[in-house]
Amino acid sequence: MTANVATTCTDPVILDQWHPLLPLDEITTDQPNTAVLLGEQLSYRLDANGDPVVWLTADADATPLPILVEYLYVWTCLGSPPDRLFAIPEFSEPDRRNVHAGTIGVHVSAPRAVENFLDMGHFPFVHTDVLGAEPHTEVVEYDVHIDPDTNDVWATECVFYQPRAATTSTEGQMSDYLYRVPHPFCVILYKTTPLDKDRMDVIALFCRPTAQDRIEAHMFLSLLDPDNTDAAIRKFQQTIFGQDKPILENQHPKLLPLDSRAETPIRADKVAIAYRRWLSDLGVTYGVIPVSPTSASVTS
Amino acid sequence: MTDPTTLTDPTTLTDPTTLWHPVATMLDLPHRHIFHGQLLGREVAIWRADDEFINVWENRCLHRGVRLSIGTNDGTELTCRYHGWRYSNRSAGCTYIPAHPADAPARTICNRTFAAVEKYGLVWSGEDPIGKPPIVAALDDGTPFTLRNLPVNAPSQVVLDQLRQHRFQPVASLDANTARMTATEVNDYAIALTSTALTSTETDTTESSTAVFFVQPVDSDRSIIRAVLTEVPAQVEQLGVLRHHATALGKLVIAAETAAAQLPPPEPMVATINQVSLALSVMPEPMLDRQAPLRVQVARKWITAQDIVGFELVSVGDPLPTFQPGAHLDVHLPNGLVRQYSLTNGPGDTSSYRIGVKLEADSTGGSQCLHNTVREGDVLAISEPRNNFPLRRDSLRTVLVAGGIGVTPMLAMAQALKPMGLAFELHYFAQADEHLAFEEIRSELGDAVTTHVGLSPDETGAELARLLDGYGHANQVYICGPGPMLETARTIATAAGWPDQAVHFEYFKNTTEIDNSSSFEIALARSAVNLHVPPGKSILQILRDSGIAMPSSCEQGACGTCVVPVIEGKIDHQDVHLKQSERDAGDQIMTCVSRAAGDRLVLDI
Ligand code: FES
Ligand SMILES: [Fe+2]
Repeated sequence: MTANVATTCTDPVILDQWHPLLPLDEITTDQPNTAVLLGEQLSYRLDANGDPVVWLTADADATPLPILVEYLYVWTCLGSPPDRLFAIPEFSEPDRRNVHAGTIGVHVSAPRAVENFLDMGHFPFVHTDVLGAEPHTEVVEYDVHIDPDTNDVWATECVFYQPRAATTSTEGQMSDYLYRVPHPFCVILYKTTPLDKDRMDVIALFCRPTAQDRIEAHMFLSLLDPDNTDAAIRKFQQTIFGQDKPILENQHPKLLPLDSRAETPIRADKVAIAYRRWLSDLGVTYGVIPVSPTSASVTS
Repeated sequence: MTDPTTLTDPTTLTDPTTLWHPVATMLDLPHRHIFHGQLLGREVAIWRADDEFINVWENRCLHRGVRLSIGTNDGTELTCRYHGWRYSNRSAGCTYIPAHPADAPARTICNRTFAAVEKYGLVWSGEDPIGKPPIVAALDDGTPFTLRNLPVNAPSQVVLDQLRQHRFQPVASLDANTARMTATEVNDYAIALTSTALTSTETDTTESSTAVFFVQPVDSDRSIIRAVLTEVPAQVEQLGVLRHHATALGKLVIAAETAAAQLPPPEPMVATINQVSLALSVMPEPMLDRQAPLRVQVARKWITAQDIVGFELVSVGDPLPTFQPGAHLDVHLPNGLVRQYSLTNGPGDTSSYRIGVKLEADSTGGSQCLHNTVREGDVLAISEPRNNFPLRRDSLRTVLVAGGIGVTPMLAMAQALKPMGLAFELHYFAQADEHLAFEEIRSELGDAVTTHVGLSPDETGAELARLLDGYGHANQVYICGPGPMLETARTIATAAGWPDQAVHFEYFKNTTEIDNSSSFEIALARSAVNLHVPPGKSILQILRDSGIAMPSSCEQGACGTCVVPVIEGKIDHQDVHLKQSERDAGDQIMTCVSRAAGDRLVLDI
């Protein structure tokens, strides 16, 4: 079916967010380059001081848009952004490796990608022999809550059997996970590392929605891994995400349905259900099919 | 070029959702493949099972909407690529959810299916097709030969309009271009064209060939032409014929696409996706040791016989789930006890559940609580109806034998058999007339019910012997009553030649002394876990202790709820649920009471 999806964003909740444009170190010249955010074409370049500037390509005056440089990325906003971005304190720990592991275009909405990132149940089937393996398919009961101070969605006490959970693992292990959704289109995973049982690796997905049903997905990592090269880490992450991409692009509808009767949840989807409800409560309408009491159909 | 105004007025067309359309050729369905098709804007996954059944399903997993056409077909089930949900051949019911290996999926998780018929080398389907796929006499009489299908970026009616002017040559004179064309409309989406050669030479023979063109409406702006010749061309001519049609149709496609480009782009077709049921849309509760997901209110409590109270339970939330005759409920009592009661309801009656509760003299508090404490208006937690006493409905004669309160499931069974016109008799044994319960149901059943009142055990035996004398083909007997009567009835039935499979029974309770002194290992085949069962603990407890959610109900080996398949190892059966033949088969165990006879059992969980 052809998508009848409006190209520009009218959702104030999403317009007022910081969105990840691209890694800072990929802006290397004072020659303007372009990228799309929420259906708008943006131009960017380095200014005379070597700092990034971003503006709407269509804006004859090239009025700079607000920007923020955080977690190796340049973030920008088309509305009125909050003062700060969500916190990832691990980023500034001295013994961490902070890596941006690549950007992949996916023909799916941002919240579908976030939900996939929150999902352990697909590991044995989609990331076979890496993040999961049959017959270890069970998703055991975990806890979900919303942090009352930050309003982040958290899934805690998650465990899953993984044959090779990270670049540093050589054998199967039960991995412990925490998931956190601090932003409608960004999601962070904290995962046990074989190297230090008291600390966790941080793996994040920052989505830049280019359209309601298309994203550029940025992968950010903050790891306790002194050995692997950046290239090896990137390759591992890109392999994983490359396995998700064809699944995501075969999801129908591409926008995330917030109506609970559109799909069939199971207990393993507890965090996804919380995320959908949270998006509804925030009033997000971009990239989703909002709950409408009269609409019996989901199409896109 | 076509003038758009000559197109058939769409309002005069048959509603395409009521027609059969081709959606694939048989060649699209090789062994264990899943074909991605589309009809009227709806994507379908088409797959052939090993039993040759052709499945046409909504191409969308009910879980998270992933296309099923990227999954796998193992010959009997289709598995989704994303989380491995399995869907059964034919019914499209979900049979397994790997994320929760211990839970049985709700029976109601069922994908949408569409009718499928194979004809003329094509697979036919439709949204709500009426009748049969189109019958084309020339194809029925001939030897249909399916040409390669041709996708066209044009609405189906534009394609048909082009087909009405389409020309090709009969097999005998492919190189000429003088053939006379005659067209016969099959329906709004198909046309038969006959090409007749006018040979003006000395021989003066007339040659003709017929082809039928079915146009599959893929979406409002896309179609597929599926052409079938009425005769298989001779081997030497095949290549030439194929090439001839390919060339002719190739031109037609260009003309149709050119014509379509001049029309305003049509609105895409919208295929509505059904909502999932309200019950499935909420996340299920974790499988507790004992499940009581339903809340009911006592709408009526009445004395139906001496010491027997009837309860009518109505839902305080969603409509009550469906049940089968023979099913029972777990009723969670205010005093913390859980008891099982059979439903007396007739088929299809889910407005309320009606049960009968006998006050047991040696009651440990279950029936007493219901008799004395629970009142009209009270809310109780109950399980979904579970059926471990299923009724066959393919019998020539069904004998229902009830003793005392054992009449309750029999009443449900009798009411299910009666409207189907299946021969049955209900024999109701009771101590005294005052003990006969549910008069209102019995009177509806008429003379099918015989009461046997006040008989001694010997007299009861003699009566049962008379009733069960002469087993005939496709006879079934169902027995529910107190233990001794049940034993007698089973012995008599066996002696009278009733095979084990024809004798069905349900005990109220297991009165055998359970011996749980053994210790042994259990291996869980699906999760590759080994567990030790020490003396004094049941398999059920050990499974639960290790975090496996297990359903159970009576926990004394009577109801059959806690059954688990056994792959290997000898079983020490201590339940009263399994029949002798089922015990001998050795492939299932009641985990609440039965144990390993040796030192190890391999369970299929
Ligand atoms: S989407 Fe099919 S199994 Fe989850
Ligand atoms: Fe994934």
